[in-house]
Formats: sequence, C-alpha cells, structure tokens
Amino acid sequence: MSTIASSPSLTENPHCSDWIDLSRTGTVVLKSGKVEIGQGIGTALVQIAADEMDVAPESVELIAGHTALGPLEAGTSSSLSIETGGRAVRLAASAVRAIFIAEAAKLLQTPPENLSVEDGRIFVSGRETDLTYWSLASSVELAVPVLDYAKPKSPTERRLVGTSMPRIDLAAKATGASFIHDIELPGMLHGRTLDPPASSRRLETFDEDALRRAFPSVQVVRDGSFIGIIADREDVAARAIARAARLATWSQGFTVPSLMREAIAVDAAEPELVMEKSDVASAGGRSIKTEIERPYIAHASIAPSCAIAIWRGDALEIYSHSQAVHDMRAPIAKALGIDAGKVVVIHVPGAGTYGHSGQDDVAYEAAMLARAVPGRPVRVLWSRAADFSLAPLGPGAIVKAEVKVDGDGRITAFTLQSQSQAHVSRPGRGGTINLVAAERLATPMEKRSPPDVPLERGGGADRNALPIYAFPNIHVSKRILRGLPYRTSALRALGGYANIFAIETLMDDVAAEIGADPVALRIKHLADARAVEVITKAAEMADWPGPQVQGEGLGIGFCQYKNRSAYCAVVARVVCDERVRLTHAWAAIDAGEAINPDGIKNQIEGAIVQSASWTLKERVSFEGDAVTTRDWEGYPILRFSEVPEIKVSLIVRPELPPLGVGETATGPTAAAIGNAVHRALGIRVRTLPITRDAIVAAAS
Amino acid sequence: MEVISLHVNGKALDVRVEPDTPLLYVLRNDLGLRGTRAGCVEGQCMSCTVLIDGRPQTACMVPIGSIAGQRVETVESLVGNGTNHPLIDSVLEEQAGQCGYCLAGILMRAKALLDHNATPSRTDISAALDDHLCRCGAHVRIMRAIERAALAGSARA
Repeated sequence: MSTIASSPSLTENPHCSDWIDLSRTGTVVLKSGKVEIGQGIGTALVQIAADEMDVAPESVELIAGHTALGPLEAGTSSSLSIETGGRAVRLAASAVRAIFIAEAAKLLQTPPENLSVEDGRIFVSGRETDLTYWSLASSVELAVPVLDYAKPKSPTERRLVGTSMPRIDLAAKATGASFIHDIELPGMLHGRTLDPPASSRRLETFDEDALRRAFPSVQVVRDGSFIGIIADREDVAARAIARAARLATWSQGFTVPSLMREAIAVDAAEPELVMEKSDVASAGGRSIKTEIERPYIAHASIAPSCAIAIWRGDALEIYSHSQAVHDMRAPIAKALGIDAGKVVVIHVPGAGTYGHSGQDDVAYEAAMLARAVPGRPVRVLWSRAADFSLAPLGPGAIVKAEVKVDGDGRITAFTLQSQSQAHVSRPGRGGTINLVAAERLATPMEKRSPPDVPLERGGGADRNALPIYAFPNIHVSKRILRGLPYRTSALRALGGYANIFAIETLMDDVAAEIGADPVALRIKHLADARAVEVITKAAEMADWPGPQVQGEGLGIGFCQYKNRSAYCAVVARVVCDERVRLTHAWAAIDAGEAINPDGIKNQIEGAIVQSASWTLKERVSFEGDAVTTRDWEGYPILRFSEVPEIKVSLIVRPELPPLGVGETATGPTAAAIGNAVHRALGIRVRTLPITRDAIVAAAS
Repeated sequence: MEVISLHVNGKALDVRVEPDTPLLYVLRNDLGLRGTRAGCVEGQCMSCTVLIDGRPQTACMVPIGSIAGQRVETVESLVGNGTNHPLIDSVLEEQAGQCGYCLAGILMRAKALLDHNATPSRTDISAALDDHLCRCGAHVRIMRAIERAALAGSARA
C-alpha cells in the first residue's frame, strides 16, 4: 500500500485503533487531535469517516482534542486540519472498513468484492447478513497499521463528502451550554487572576490583609508577582479581583520608540535570506517600490480565555479551548515542576479563536490556583482587558518590496523583505514555556522566544513572501525582531496577511504605472492554470473592471496560501465618502476536493469580514511596553452595518486532495480593499488600517 | 443576601443573592441557564443580551435587585418541545454561525425586533444588531437568517 499518500498525523498515531473505536454497539467513536474553533472541522471529519465506513453520520461520535484518549496530532493551525488530520481520518476509516469486510468475507466464505456496508450492516450481493461492524468488533484487531489496510474510496464512490452537511454542533452553540465557559463541574470553584499592566511588570506592593478582611471567604494564592483568588461564587470572585486590583502597585515599565517604524529600524535583527533565484541586481527595467506597515492586531475573541483545572493527587486534569492541547502539556508541566505524563488536557470549544491567544496561559493559571484546593475543579476566566493586553498579538510588520519592469510590461525582478517579531511562540515550541503568568513567579521561568516558523512548515514572517508569479529573478529575506517587548504569536495567516497586501498592492502599482489592467497583468505573470482560473472567475463575478466613478472602485487581490495550498482571489468594491465602505466582496476559491462546500464558503465569508475588519479598523495601541488596548471601545471591529454583501464561488476538483481554507482569504481581501481604494481615490494607502486619517496622510 | 422574586421564561421563582449581583451570574450560575453568554462583562459586546419586560438589555450590567418582579426572557425560551421559535430554525437553515458564541444574544435582540416589526428590512436588521459583536464574520448569514425567520413568522400569522 506504499502508493497511498500518507499523512503526517499517522506518524505518531499509525494504528486504526488510534482513530476509531467500535466497542459500543451502534456507535463509531472517531478520535481526532484537531479541534473545533468555529471552523466546522468536527463536521467535516465526521463526514469523511462516515463516508469511508458507510455509516450514518449520526452514528459517529467525535472525541476531539483529548490527550488521554485521542491521537497525538499537531495543533489545530495553519489550515492543515483537513489536509493532514482529514487525510489521516480518511485513511484510517477506509482501513477499518477494509478490515471488517475481510473478516466478514472469511466468515461468509465469499469474496470481499461481493460485500457492501450500509449503516455499519454488512450485505452480500445486496442481501443483508446478520453481521455488523459491532457484531464483529470483538473478533477484529484494530491495533494494526492504517497504511497496511487503507483503501480510500474513489471520488465517484463518495456520498457524504462533497455535500453541505449542516454543522453537527451549531444548534447547541446557539442556545445550549456547550462552551468551556458553560461547564459546571461538581464542587467547582471560581478563580480570577490579577492582571499586571504589562507582562514584564513586577508587583511592588500588595495589601493582602486588606483583601482578606474584605473577602474573608476568598482564598488568595500568591507566588512572586502572580496573584490569584478563589471563591465559591463567580460574582464574589469578580468583586474580589476588582478589589485586589486596587490594592496592588506595579513596577514602572520601560520606553520603546513610539512609532513602530522606528522600533523596527533600531532593532538589531540581521536580515536572513529566505529564497534567492537568479540575480535581482542583474535584472534591468524600471524600479517600482512599496513599503507597507501592518499594525499589531488582537485576536479579539468574543469571550475572554477560560480554563478549568483539577488536581487529583499528583495528576492534573485541564479543560481548555487551546488549539494545541498536546503541545501545552510539557510547558505547563515544566512550569509546575511535574512530569508532562501527569497532565491530561481535554478540549472544550470556546468562542472563536484564530491562532494562539490566551487559551494556554489561562490553563496554566487555573492549574496554579487549583493546586491550592486539591480535588476541587477551579475555573479561571480572564478579564476582557487581559485578553487584549496580556495575550499574544499578531505582530506588527513592515514589508518592503520592489520590482523591476521591462519595456514589454514584464516584471523581471522581485525583491521583498518582511520585518516583524516572530509569528509563532506557542508554549512548548522550541522548548520554550511562554506562559505569561510563569514570567511573574517569585522564580520566574526563563523568557525565550522560539525561532520563526521555517518556510518548509509554511513560514512565519515569510509566509507568502515568495511571489507565486513567474518572475525570473527573486530575492526574499526577513528580519525577525528580538528586541521588542510585546508578546506575539500566531494569528490567522501569520505573515501572509501583510506580505500578500504588499505584493498584491505592488502589482496594482505596476499596472497603474505601465497602464495595464491589474487582472491582465497578473494573468500575464502566472504559469499556474488554477491560479488563473480563480482570478478570472472572481473578476467575472464582479463584472470587472466596473465603471470609472470618482470615490468608488473595484480592486483585486490573490494568493495561493503558503504557495502550496488553496487558491483564492477576492474582488472588493469600496465607496469612499467620509470613510471607506466595503460594499461588496466576490471571492473565487479552489481548494481541491471540497469536503463540505457550504463550510468552505462560510470560512471564506468569515475570513473576508475579519480581514476587512483588520484592514479598515484594527490597531492595537501601546504606551511603552504596555498594551493600552483594553476593551472593545478601544478596539472597534467591523459591525453589522459595515459588512459587505459577499458572494463566494467554489471551484471543486473532487479528484485532487482537499486543501485548508481558513486563512487563504485574509491577504487577498486586504489587497483587494487597498487596490479598490486606490482605484476610487487615486491614493495608495500603505499604512494599515486604511482609515480616513491614513488616507489623508497618504495623500499628502 | 436578599430573597429576590423573578419571572424567568414564564416561571416565577425566588433567588437568594446580593442585590447588586449582575443578572448574568444569577441566570448562569444560580438558575443554570447557561445559554446566556458571558462575553466582555462590561456591557460592550452584547453577547449576554436578554429581554427584560420585552426590552433587550445586557445581563452583565443589570443588578438583580433592580429587576425584581420583571419578566426576563433568555435564549432558552426560544427552544420548545418540537416547536422552536422560527429564529432558531432559520439560523440552522442558513448555517448562520461559526463559533456560535454571539448567537444567543443576537437571537434575543432579533426576537425583540421581530416582536415589534414583523417585516424588518435589511437596514432595520443591521441597525438593530449594530452593537452586537461577531468576530468570526457570520454577519451576512445571520442577517439572512433573521429575514428568513421574519418570512416564516408572517407566513404563519
């Protein structure tokens, strides 16, 4: 079976039994390390498994992100859940079906080709037998390698996959108690932790006695500058921590250049070469340059980070909405001074997250507090302010790019340098701890930042920094800034958002400079038919190029995510009056096989709205080393009256591998908006977000 | 602590709490009605919106002592035994959500809107929801779902 493409998820979890359990009659237990964050992955995985096993999706019970029960998969990130996790599920489910068919064939003394399965019941030449998956389960060994038996269905044999099955979890999420925030465990206590003004500050004074006098029933946990309280009621915990905040004073912060541009310029970081093709210096032609600035962006999940922890003897159980339940065990264990094998993490969905926010930090804090009350679950909920100011941010960046254009309107050379702090600093990455509270213990954990994500894993600051266009000479580099004090980590698309904004707005600058149509210029430089098709489709949907009207315009943006995943082109229409209004967005997407077409459309729509929000409104504020963004008033996001009408067209290729879609639209949307504003006003805004002030500054 | 009498989702009941306790905590922790979401708890994101005497309010900002005797409706009141409010079915038909955290508050705001205006325009809907934050970007689907519920409601009437 060596001809079957495997999945990295099978390396650590090679056996069928790592993925599927049939020990409960009528139920297929499907286990996955990829977790639901609102992207619909749970539904897609159930579709894949049910299809391969010929069972009803209702009989599949999904266990996702349980470190004791489920497969050890890499975190839910980088739009890889379908590509790697889904692939593993498809192979495992097909292998399980093949194993049961073989067993049934033996018992029925008939060739396996005569057998079929419906809802787990086995049929011979269309006649039902008394055999089912479950009647055979005790005589079948599933602790066998997936790759020895995997036989996934051909595209034409699939029934469920490719249909827009409704989300399995949406009804409960609309009205039920299905979030981590809603869990009530027996004997559960409510914890809160005290927010420092910035992650580097230390407690100078704290009047613990006054707090105890005011709240005699509340337990105080203290280690250095880490302070937490535990109460039996949530309202009491909320009051007590508010009082504690007034009883604490903190060390002063330090100053940082107030302009990001200056801070990046003075940082000692040396450029690192990412990729070089031929020699950009030798290429002739007219030079056209850009330099774009992306601010720090907050995850801004609707609900602050939350976790529940319980100590049972020396073992620790954590309920968490982390996107990396396996990876968080080692750093949390190390910070607590216990063995990682003693930590079990169970994923429970939270409000949507889009990368690494405060999920892991709060889990550690819950473990710290729960240690004071062995056997009792302690739920810790971060404040809104902590979620903005202490959680990792998507790093600000400056991207410089230059092209040379010859007399035939061909781009002969492309140079880009992406500069930012590292994009991924998940706890455990590169042996780091990076749990914010561990930095303020009496004996603080060493603060180290891991290296940026290497290009072979999709890149960090350099994600999508390599142009997808067929330019003959290319030089791409990055500067990873280590001297800035802000916590940064993974936010949807990492560096891809700013790099695509830079590349795709530069393409339009070239088009304007040489008098070419932006769509035609792109197509002229593309060798990949799938890329050309999404661009052509999006342009067609938007009736490109549209009328020339002062203050209104269409703009296009395109990328192939990570230069190897889904293709996405977005056309934006803006109307610029007292501000920029995004009225319409049209997107064409090619993600290969579509497991759940409506799920893909939902992800693209959501990414367009979120990216439009980043691009038009969002910027985290700082004062020295402190994040001063602390609430929604200080961090406006796109509202119902501001969202565009969105049309998404899906190009489905059932014969090709399915590709992840969560992140691919963010860069193209930003570029499309920037290009539409340029078309509408003749002003190129290179500093995000594209606010009225930014337009005025760019015009002068 | 005081005994405070409430009417929640058509039932009369008493709770014994501090009168300045936010309604949000009483609903979720004392009454076990966890469909009302805790978001910012600062009155800015609207995810905890409930109806008090028919008017949408953020439960995090309402001290329980201030609403003794008033009628409170939460998202649980929209779910019946086989007869959901049309808004629930419409949200599912449109698959109008991603993480789903903002939906409970939005559903209550939409119920109040439809109670007063059975045939709202898209502009009416976006105006009614404008203070509600959704981070996943399900806005357009949510507005479509409310339009669908309005149609279903007027067809039924």
